[in-house]
Parts: sequence; structure tokens; C-alpha cells
Amino acid sequence: MPGRPPLRVGPASWVLRARALAVPLVGLAVVVLLMAVNIGRGEFPLSVTDVLNVLVGGGDRPQRFIVLDLRLPRSLTGALVGAALGLSGALTQTITRNPLATPDITGITAGAGAAAVSVIVVGGSYGSLTGQLAEIGVPLAGLVGGLLSAILVYLLAWQRGVEGYRLVLVGLGAHALLSSLTYWLLTLGDVTDASRAVVWLTGSLNGRGWEHVTPVAIALAVLVPLTLLGAHALGALQMGDDTARGLGVRVNLTRALLLLAAVALAAVATAAAGPVAFVALATPQIAMRLSRTAQPPMIASAVLGAVLTVGSDLVARTAFGAVELPVGIITAVLGAPYLMYLLVRRYREVRA
Amino acid sequence: MTALPAAESVAPVATARQEGGSPPSRLHAENLRLGYGENVIVDGLDIDVLDNTVTAVIGPNGCGKSTLLRALGRLLNPQQGHVLLDGKRIDRMPTKEVARVIGVLPQTPQAPEGLTVADLVARGRHPHQTWYRQWSSDDESAVAEALRLTGMLEFAERTLDQLSGGQRQRAWISMALAQGTDLLLLDEPTTYLDLAHQVDVLDLVYRLHAEAGRTVVMVLHDLNLAARYADRLVAMRAGRIVAQGEPAEVLTEELLREVFELDARVVPDPVAGTPLVVPVGARNRSS
Repeated sequence: MPGRPPLRVGPASWVLRARALAVPLVGLAVVVLLMAVNIGRGEFPLSVTDVLNVLVGGGDRPQRFIVLDLRLPRSLTGALVGAALGLSGALTQTITRNPLATPDITGITAGAGAAAVSVIVVGGSYGSLTGQLAEIGVPLAGLVGGLLSAILVYLLAWQRGVEGYRLVLVGLGAHALLSSLTYWLLTLGDVTDASRAVVWLTGSLNGRGWEHVTPVAIALAVLVPLTLLGAHALGALQMGDDTARGLGVRVNLTRALLLLAAVALAAVATAAAGPVAFVALATPQIAMRLSRTAQPPMIASAVLGAVLTVGSDLVARTAFGAVELPVGIITAVLGAPYLMYLLVRRYREVRA
Repeated sequence: MTALPAAESVAPVATARQEGGSPPSRLHAENLRLGYGENVIVDGLDIDVLDNTVTAVIGPNGCGKSTLLRALGRLLNPQQGHVLLDGKRIDRMPTKEVARVIGVLPQTPQAPEGLTVADLVARGRHPHQTWYRQWSSDDESAVAEALRLTGMLEFAERTLDQLSGGQRQRAWISMALAQGTDLLLLDEPTTYLDLAHQVDVLDLVYRLHAEAGRTVVMVLHDLNLAARYADRLVAMRAGRIVAQGEPAEVLTEELLREVFELDARVVPDPVAGTPLVVPVGARNRSS
């Protein structure tokens, strides 16, 4: 069959798509390289070869301390957060058949933000959440807030099943509502709490340690295999509910489970690094164009999410001299024009 | 149109069928009530889809023909009554198992823009696949055969947006064929097609029935094409079946008045001999 060369091993069989295979492999190499450069930069600069040497088990004691204890967690958090966001966006875009339907547009990260800020502000001024408790409290609040807002959006959009466009519109409403709630919360807190909250809200990898790496790594280890099992049904789901049901897919169950996985990925990522903007929106579409597939490829989206986030962090840390920007600023600067492009293009499609 | 045979009213339905009391029917429905919430569209409907026939469901807009087709293909759960496949309730069978017996083509199917014809048709193999078996040699030969039957093999690598309306419809039908089911439910397979392409698609449907022995149920708007290509017509009005049987039995001037509120003459089709509906219309009535 032209265009669908087979890859068959025993009872297993897949379509062999060279580009779809090459994109994540090349992407993975780029992530490792970007991480090595990112780790090398700082007050005590290290060369890429030194960093790679430490990562495979070599290097002297100070080098190992700088790389493994101080700088690797930051880059690794960035890579994992980016991967979780990319995969989450690929799932939601495919399920809803809408490139705008991503966690950062439809209120999930906004919900996480509102919940986290309320903990920072309320906990800060009443002194009830300090030290260790605040460390855990903020990410945990983000996780719970993200899940709650996702459930709320899903229920409000439900009308004998959930349709992509309704999900986006309800999500945009929820996003606006939760963002204004967040700003109102900011006016309540004192200045130091508010400024701490604002840094978190832009999405930052600053000061991230192994305690931030672990939850995202666990979430990815559990959810990536589950997602790949479900990804086969995604091909059918993308052709509308009736066709998918006709092909023997349990539409509502499959969609709800995959959406839940997407929300969990986005919420965990947001809990670790704050709402890093536009990664979930842009990477699945970039991955789709690079792989030349008709729907966002899951693994490639995750890998490119990591590339975008680590790359943006590198730029944020080093491109502006002594000033280190939060990574979310760079992804937003890259992502905002892309969002405008998507909106303009969709508007033209509707008009045509 | 005729009274039920006495055997059916005494013996259980399934045994009567096996004893040959009525024509064989793998798919049938009893006492269906269909609708969306408060809005009941079909009520108290029974239907037997006879094996190895092409059945066309006709009726005015909003009479419930698409709703009935969706229920037969378990896209819509009945509010009351059951759809039975081989004597088993279709809503209690694993949906993937049903998908290996019944193929459904919805009225306006959707697909992502960049999808190629081969990829689209391959998705018809979904009920035969698992996450680790996505392109077996069975899949490949079923897809190739489906593309060959519809004459779409040469367009396998084109994307859907590069096709004409007729080609796109043939691609969708190929997908339903690749599913490899004995029963095919097609909701207005000729929508948006010009007359030549309508005839193409219906010729194809008929060939599938004649050569591969498939059972086809389709919703059609064009009465003359329905009379030509279907072995059986089912005429619906206001959620009920008004008449069913061979086209010559069903498609009469009285029925057209009753079902469609249409004043028309019915004459023999000069080519096929099947009933040909010629509407009168206001312009020619008084003169």
C-alpha cells in the first residue's frame, strides 16, 4: 500500500512513518544538548563536554556538585514540565479537534493559578502556611485547582456529550473568570506575597530542585504509557462521535479518560513550574507539521515541548545579561504571535 | 402491509425465524421509541432488516429516518424497545464486536484536513486492531480491496482536501467497506453529489450487495433512485413505518399523497421498469 509501509514483528504491526519516527529522536538529542548548555551556564561556567561527562558518571567533585545538585534539577524540571504540557496539549487538541483547545486556553492552568495564588496570599498574611508547608502547599493547591476547574468546564460544556467548540468557549469564559479572581486575590495580599505570587504566575524554573522533578517524573511515567494505549482510539475519535462509535470506540468513556490524563499532566506541570504559557498550545501543532501527520503526534509533541521549554529557559537566563527572566515570559513572547495567527486563520476559514 | 403470520404471534420470535416462518433477518428492532430528551421522534416502531437485501428508507424531512438508522447502528440508544443483532441486544454487546458486523456511515462524516485517503480507509480497520497490532497484512489487503472496489486505489496518497465531492464520498464508503462488515448502514450516501455521481455511488452500493452479498440499509431522498437500487423500500412518516415491501408495491400515487403530501403520477421507469415518480406541481395542475 503506497504511503503506508508496514513494520511487522510477530503478531505486532504498525505503519512505518520515517518522519514521525525521526522527529522525536532528533528532538531528544536537541533536548539533551540544550540541557547541557543550560547547565553549563552560570556563575561557574562549564563546557558542554564537562557537563555531559558528569551526566554519564565522570567529572570531579565540585563539578558533580554544581551539575547534579544545583543545576540539573532546574533543567530537568523544565524538560519534564515541557513534555507534560506538550503531551497534554496534543491530547486535548486531538480530542476536541480544535487547535485552540489546550489547558492554557481553557481555564485549567488558570484554575491552578487562582488556587496557588490564594494559598500564597492567604497563607502568607495569616502565617498559617510557612516553610515546608508552603513548599508543598502551593504546588498541591495548583494541582487541585487545575483538576477542579477542568471538571467545572467539562460539566458546564456537557450537553448530551461534549463538543470541541463548546469546550473551548466555556473554557475561555472560565479562564477569564479565574484570571480576574487571581488579580483580585493579588490585591488582598501584602506586597511581598503578591510579588512572590506574580513570579509563580509567569511560570518560572528558578530554584527548582529534585523535589520538583519527582512529581512530574512520576506523573509522566504513569500517564505516558496509558496515553499511548489510548492513542489508537484517538485516530477514530478525531472523525466525529458517530463515526467513532460506528468503528467500535466507547466514545464518552475513552474521551473522559484521555481528557483526565491531559488535565492531570497540565496540572502537575503547572504545580511544578507555574503556568508556563503557550507550550501546550504551540508544540503539538509544530510537531504535527514537522512529522507531516494529520493529527498531533503524542511522543513528538512531548519531546518538542521539552525542547521549547528548556530552550526558552536558556534564553531567559542568558540573553539579557545579568537579568534572569522567568521562562514563561519567553514562551509567551514566542507563543502570543502564534495564537494570533491561529485565530486569524480560523476566522478566515469560517468566512470562506 | 400484510397481517403477521400466525406462527409469529404464537411462537417466540427467534424460533419462528429459524424455522423459516419469515425471511431471515440478523438485524431487527422491536417497539422502538427514539428521540432526544423530551423530543420523541420515533415511537412504537418495529423493523426487520432482511438479509442480503438493499433496503432504502424514504420519507419526508424530519420523519425519523436518520434517527432510525442511527438506532440500528447503536449510535443512539432507544428510550424504549431494543435493537437486536443475531437475537442479542445490541446495546449490551461489546461495541467493538458490533463494529465487526455492522458498518455505519453517518450523513456528514468529518476528518482532519491533512488525512490521506489510505489513512482514512485504514481507520475502518479499527474494530480489528489493538494498540500493538495496527497494520497487519489482513488490514492491508482489506484496505487495498476496498480502494479497488471504489476505484480509489490511484488516489490512495492524496489528502482529502485534494478530492472532489464524489471522490471524497467514495473514500468514505471505502472506509466503511474496509471495516469488512456483513451489514452496512448508509445515511444519505449521495448527499451533495451531482446526478452522475449519485448514480456512481448507488451502482457501487448495488455491486457490493450483488457481488459480496452484503446487507445494505440506506436513507435516500431521491425516490426514483431508491426505487431503482433498493430491493425493499421502507416508507416513514411522523416516526412510523407507513409501508414496506418491494418498490412497485410501496411507491404508489396514494402513498405519495399520504406520506409526502405530494400530488404525483407514478409511471414505469423507461429504463429499469421500476416505479418513476413524476410530481404534478401547481404550475401544471390547473391547465
